[in-house]
Amino acid sequence: MTTMTIAKAINEGLRATLDNNPRTLLMGEDIGALGGVYRVTDGLLAEFGADRVVDTPLAESGIIGTAIGLALRGYLPVCEIQFDGFVFPGFNQITTQLAKMHARSNGSLTVPVVVRIPYGGGIGSIEHHSESPEALFAHTAGLRIITPSNAHDAYWMIRQAVECQDPVIVFEPKRRYWLKGEVNTDSPGASADPFKAHVLREGTDATVVAYGPLVPVALAAADAAAEDGHSIEVIDLRSISPIDFDTVTASAKKTGRLVVAHEAPTFGGIGGEIAARISERAFLSLEAPVIRVGGFHMPYPVAKVEEDYLPDIDRILEALDRSLAY
Amino acid sequence: MGATHLPSTEFDQTAADDQLEAEAEAQLGSPAEPMVQLLAPDGTLGTDPVFSAYADRLDGKKLRGFYADMAKIRRFDVEATALQRQGQLALWVPLTGQEAAQIGSGRASQPQDYIFPTYREHGVALTRNVDLAELLRQFRGVSNGGWNPKDTNFHLYTLVLAAQTPHAVGYAMGIQRDQKLAAAAVAADAAADRPAEPKAAVMVYFGDGASSEGDVHESMVFAASYNAPVVFFCQNNHWAISVPSSVQTRIPLSNRAKGYGFPGIRVDGNDAIAVHAVTEWALEHAREGNGPVLIEAFTYRVGAHTTADDPTKYRESAEETLWRAKDPLDRLEKYLRAQGLADDAYFDQVKADGDELAAYVRKTTYDLETPDIRTAFANTYVEAHPLVAEELAWFEEYSAGFAETPEHSAEPSSPDPDDAATGVAR
Ligand SMILES: Cc1ncc(C[n+]2csc(CCOP(=O)(O)OP(=O)(O)O)c2C)c(N)n1
Repeated sequence: MTTMTIAKAINEGLRATLDNNPRTLLMGEDIGALGGVYRVTDGLLAEFGADRVVDTPLAESGIIGTAIGLALRGYLPVCEIQFDGFVFPGFNQITTQLAKMHARSNGSLTVPVVVRIPYGGGIGSIEHHSESPEALFAHTAGLRIITPSNAHDAYWMIRQAVECQDPVIVFEPKRRYWLKGEVNTDSPGASADPFKAHVLREGTDATVVAYGPLVPVALAAADAAAEDGHSIEVIDLRSISPIDFDTVTASAKKTGRLVVAHEAPTFGGIGGEIAARISERAFLSLEAPVIRVGGFHMPYPVAKVEEDYLPDIDRILEALDRSLAY
Repeated sequence: MGATHLPSTEFDQTAADDQLEAEAEAQLGSPAEPMVQLLAPDGTLGTDPVFSAYADRLDGKKLRGFYADMAKIRRFDVEATALQRQGQLALWVPLTGQEAAQIGSGRASQPQDYIFPTYREHGVALTRNVDLAELLRQFRGVSNGGWNPKDTNFHLYTLVLAAQTPHAVGYAMGIQRDQKLAAAAVAADAAADRPAEPKAAVMVYFGDGASSEGDVHESMVFAASYNAPVVFFCQNNHWAISVPSSVQTRIPLSNRAKGYGFPGIRVDGNDAIAVHAVTEWALEHAREGNGPVLIEAFTYRVGAHTTADDPTKYRESAEETLWRAKDPLDRLEKYLRAQGLADDAYFDQVKADGDELAAYVRKTTYDLETPDIRTAFANTYVEAHPLVAEELAWFEEYSAGFAETPEHSAEPSSPDPDDAATGVAR
């Protein structure tokens, strides 16, 4: 067990994959000498050389597209997209090519490309640097999407993503890059399956499901609710595609109340998908409608007002109050 | 080649003939632009300081092979067009006019090279030994691919224009890495007596329209930055559906390569000998580690863009006539006859082979099996996926509800044998 930040854990996870398999390589803008704008790839260029840690031209479609070609040749590329809002020039390659190559080839080709995207707000940045586009990718069949909320998961998820034969997008909660946690680099333990949700806190009165950057917020909200005498179960979803509905359903059946929280806009988001599925699967066990907490239907607002945009402890508590009032 | 040579878009000629020539010139690029041509439309063989040496490698057998391939693929094109007209294919993308560009370039590739086509490269597919009937699976709507690229190193067709160009560059970057890994392995194990892997390159096809897509630009930047062994093969057939190439570019497309820092060559795309020579040169250049090359094959799409298109709405038939006079098959036939390399018996045999291929393709198309949608469930992901499993389970249960019950069995059975095969009601 070692204590490290999420950024360092991803760095160590990448180092392990580069060490273990000569066919893995990293690609992205400024990931070499600079170590990435968030320093997630710090030191890797010096250790593995420019063929394994590739500073690419500034071209997202080119990054994803050439990664697809490398994967077709048997390589395992891990692409870094510099910021969430800049993945869109590569959206075409991800959704029309990466996601569909296996199906298009009737199963004869695989393109195990990993795309790392720092996402989410709360860092006081400017336009296009704080978005949560996960639902846009989750809607596309053929992609898998995971998001760590702690250092141990961060270390293992990147390694598991590289090992997965399907393309995997890893959304990294950038405002948690400096969050420290214990990492066991010897064994993933309960994190062995990256597509399984984790019940982080047991409770009996209501369940809060969150992922990535909102997990610590959900846990803090549960603590606050406990002071008011409510026992709140908290689930870290971990995987956005596929979603571990079994774990969420079991919890919703147990507590009878469900709140889903994410930073992305509520409309058309992952929360709606969870609400719909759980109301189908656990309708008779629910004491209240599933309530969603998320961003508003607006472009990500300017940094000075992002506090009003981002779901915080109070917004989750308000949702819990509404749920408990039924 | 400076700005003074840019094709003009203003005309003041009055004579109708001149007008047509000028328009053709403006749209098609000036014939004064340097263009590699060896075999002229009249069937005479010229010389080129660089590429004649490559043409000299071609003996009578190879040249007859070029002709046979071009004739075969043209016959195939006619058959597929007919199949579409008869409702057997959802769409067809004809290649007539582009046979020399495709056969000439495809025949210049080696088995270890990897080819990324767009969607019109039926001739290239032929040179890579793809079963042509397999090409029709996509157009019949029974597959989004239809062949296994690993068998022939000929990738699947791509319908998102230019999306395959970065794949090609990435694949070429993979070849570079493989060579380094192999060299390291040999160095580490000097005693082992391994046969050297043949050097490989990648060739990627795209059109003059697709050349405007950002992916082509990004690919060329990547290819140049990493000196990737890739040959960009642009078939400038002058039209992107209804839009002339003058809307895509003001300079010969081959000139763009200079801006990226690698060679660009414009070749007469209706001259199989020149295309072959130029492509051999380019592939050797790439395989030897000298980096990318752009080839612009200056050719013409004689027919419609696809069977859904109507070229009479946007272009003069005179333009077509102009290009028919440059037909790639006619000129090679003239040459073969003049040189005594082929006679009537040979051409009769080629025709008979074409008819045989057409009959085979027709029969195979009728026999193409409609897939079971379960294969789509199976191929969405490589690894097990709970949502797919859940939806498949639902589908099975739902379908089972339509299974024949005793009352139903009295009804006449479905005339479509596919229904019985899948057990799925439609
Ligand atoms: C990204 C994209 N945009 C639009 C289309 C629709 N489309 C199909 S073919 C075509 C014209 C292509 O012209 P060109 O690249 O010159 O190739 P050609 O068909 O002439 O060989 C267009 C616009 C497409 N397939 N992909």
